Amino acid sequence: MGAVFDSLSELSQKLASREVSSLELVGAALARADATQSTLHAFVGLRPANARAEAEQSDARRRRGEPRSPLDGIPIAIKDNMVQTGEPTTCASRILEGFVSPYTATAVARLEHAGAVVIGRTNMDEFAMGSSTEHSSSGPTRNPWRLASTPGGSSGGSAAAVAAGIVPAALGSDTGGSIRQPASFCGVVGIKPTYGRVSRWGLVAFASSLDQIGVFTRSARDAASLLERISGHDPSDSTSIPEPAPELASALDGDVSGLVVGLPRECFVAEGVDPGVLAAVEGAVAELERAGAKVREVSLPHTRHAIATYYLIATAEASSNLARYDGVRYGRRASGARNLTEMYERTRSEGFGEEVKRRILLGTYVLSAGYYDAYYRKAQQVRTLLRGDFERAFGACDVIVTPTCPEVAFDLGAKTSDPLAMYLSDIYTVSANLAGIPGLSIPCGLVRGLPVGLQLLGPALGEAVLLRMADAFERRTPHQARRPEGFP
Amino acid sequence: MARITRDEVEKVAALARLSLGDEAAERMASELDQILEYAWSLSQVDTSDVEPTAHAIPLPTPLREDRAAPPLDPELAVANAPEREGSAFVVPKVIEGDEEG
Repeated sequence: MGAVFDSLSELSQKLASREVSSLELVGAALARADATQSTLHAFVGLRPANARAEAEQSDARRRRGEPRSPLDGIPIAIKDNMVQTGEPTTCASRILEGFVSPYTATAVARLEHAGAVVIGRTNMDEFAMGSSTEHSSSGPTRNPWRLASTPGGSSGGSAAAVAAGIVPAALGSDTGGSIRQPASFCGVVGIKPTYGRVSRWGLVAFASSLDQIGVFTRSARDAASLLERISGHDPSDSTSIPEPAPELASALDGDVSGLVVGLPRECFVAEGVDPGVLAAVEGAVAELERAGAKVREVSLPHTRHAIATYYLIATAEASSNLARYDGVRYGRRASGARNLTEMYERTRSEGFGEEVKRRILLGTYVLSAGYYDAYYRKAQQVRTLLRGDFERAFGACDVIVTPTCPEVAFDLGAKTSDPLAMYLSDIYTVSANLAGIPGLSIPCGLVRGLPVGLQLLGPALGEAVLLRMADAFERRTPHQARRPEGFP
Repeated sequence: MARITRDEVEKVAALARLSLGDEAAERMASELDQILEYAWSLSQVDTSDVEPTAHAIPLPTPLREDRAAPPLDPELAVANAPEREGSAFVVPKVIEGDEEG
């Protein structure tokens, strides 16, 4: 039988040797999802009947000796903002209640094509707007390490599902840190690839110039093998980079000697960073140095403006993207409106939650006549300066290392009444989205019993070097093997 | 001085087709004001002669052959409509002036 915390490659071997069937693995994942739903609430919806049928088909392929890939038959989860034919997608929003997709997202289709079985859709902040998975129409997800804490967000359901051993891997999306921050809070690996590396076709748009799909796993090696599957050019997404999927798993040779780690001085003196987090990250840097990496200081002077830049650009794009929810073509429509305008207003006012409304208002404001230059255009100009910072820094180093977050998982309710405090949780992550570069979070220690994330940032298309360093770090440290108590 | 007033919040809400209650409009005005005050720090950055970035990874406009392909089945395209008639979306009256009728 597959063990709860088996890696993708262990599960793959057990499937290949018939030690376990896909039906058993998928059944166990569904049972664990059910059993933890009342405590964790990691899922918005499960698809037990379809998942079991697909598992049986996978088992039949294995019996015939025709598996589609090493992933054939492995249960996975997807965030509730990626569409799958015939399945609901709600983005954890009332406004998409009842929506059933007529098509499948490219990243999901590639996993289906490899034979992976989607067991369900994970919880998230509504439309991926949030850093705690509390802004969900179906209620918050909790952190498997400590149920009073948030799992981070917005992909908190995916992070919690992987951390709690429900599935070995899950897809998430990252617009300003929505994969890396929950990976950090839940003690798992999360990678946001280069913008354009993974197709956004079928990912419900939040901020189109920043959104990117990525993966959650319990090891760098698993992240590499899953990311290989979903990467690569897709003609359905005009921002998809016309490059083939990179070879990632083969790059993990455990060797980081000669690689140069850049430490941005601005990130290590920032106010409001938990000293325990800083100590864990400094310990990790020392470990990389012992492994043969060279360490040098770099400077990213404009990162102190990253949060302001990000929240102006992301909300502007969101206000435009979310104009499509008008009650006409899909989703919820308010009843009893006397005319079209009233129908729009009532549908949107009833359908969107507070945080989504706040961001639509902010975005509409910064795009409106009279404020466009002062806010939106200014933010786009600072974005250019920030990109330049990274270009210069990567002239002097291979990988930039920072904490993923200034803190460990915070309590439920701690920041819901202070939007700006919630936004500041993304202080180390938003820059990668603004610059389009890949970023990864791996566990590097515990503070007060909660996981700390180490963030590795690489140059555009530099996923392989990030995963290589993450894998080398895992081989030398015990952090990645730690599991939350209470979820044995 | 506030960066955004409650009146402006209501104007923006109307543009975004959102209606806020009194309490929500008041609260949003104060929260947005705090966020805009924070964002105003960007005004300190010298951006003269800096081009704005719309996309971080610039790509040439992708072109493809102009070849016909089967579209989404019209039945599927309207399957999610809250109200439909055949393959058309039904909406409330658009033209003002006869709201009772």
